[in-house]
Amino acid sequence: MNQFIRVLAIALALASPAFAVEPDEILSDPALEERARSISTGLRCVVCQNQNIDSSNAGVARDLRLLVRERLLEGDTNNEVVSYIRARYGDYVLMSPPLNGATLMLWATPFVLVLVSVGAFVMVACRRPTKQSSELSAAENTELDAFLASSGKNGDLS
Amino acid sequence: MTRLIAASPFIFALVVGAFFLWGLNPDRDPNAIPSVLISQPAPAFELAPVAGLDTPGLVQADLKGNAGPVIVNVFASWCVPCRAEHSVLTSLVEEGGQTLFGINYKDKPEDAVRWLNELGNPYARIGSDLSGRAGIEWGISGVPETFIVGADGTVLYRYVGPVVGDEAVTIFRTALQEANALVKETEL
Repeated sequence: MNQFIRVLAIALALASPAFAVEPDEILSDPALEERARSISTGLRCVVCQNQNIDSSNAGVARDLRLLVRERLLEGDTNNEVVSYIRARYGDYVLMSPPLNGATLMLWATPFVLVLVSVGAFVMVACRRPTKQSSELSAAENTELDAFLASSGKNGDLS
Repeated sequence: MTRLIAASPFIFALVVGAFFLWGLNPDRDPNAIPSVLISQPAPAFELAPVAGLDTPGLVQADLKGNAGPVIVNVFASWCVPCRAEHSVLTSLVEEGGQTLFGINYKDKPEDAVRWLNELGNPYARIGSDLSGRAGIEWGISGVPETFIVGADGTVLYRYVGPVVGDEAVTIFRTALQEANALVKETEL
């Protein structure tokens, strides 16, 4: 039992999360590799579509990772690498959609909703005091007095 | 204002309902990736012939100056749907008189040769894309994928997945006819 726990502890200590990036892909220059990783996390895998290529094991994702590194080695900036891949796969390959005519609704909706709700809140909040006047007007007071006087004269109302 | 507030649940339900209607549409394929290549010139690529095959290789220039639109099919011997699609493509060539070019995607040449010997070779040209780099130039997400390229070298149409079954074949034939009509008045 003791041995089992020891083996388990060693196994757990050695276990590391499985990464899709394979050792032969990693660049020797850590700065470039860091840039490659950050670009890869922003690019969508076209096979498993809710994964970025950095964490996808698909063949095309691996090819794209290699392509990203190749472009970086050739001296491309991050933006140049992204636009290179975007030219081939379109906006769809970007994990966060760019702001343009087609995605305007997507980006604007939260702000519009906030504006509408703030507007509605302000409107309701401003209106409430005028409605809530509990004071009776002079005419109402006179009428009430008259009524009370008359009902008092006639006895009970029920 | 009170009316607007009273109507807001209805408006909300209408908006949500419209989204549901859109989302539940059986014709909508959420996995479909729009291709950026459509009505763009075919990408630059240069592929050597498959080793051990008489069929010539495929380069970008081969897609220009053809008599009519050509079909470019990305295939591999390891791809099971490609096997099913093969007979459809063969009949398009033999009965439809279409020109078919192939991109042999990430395939061992000897496997490709064996596959084509077994099933027949309807391809006028086949480029061997061992690295898959030409596949990226074409923006493919997997195999098979089939493109229609106009006589001027412009990509007119892209079909993702195997052209198998009546529905898919009809869709593809319609696209071919449209491509033909655009470039040259010929009947399929």
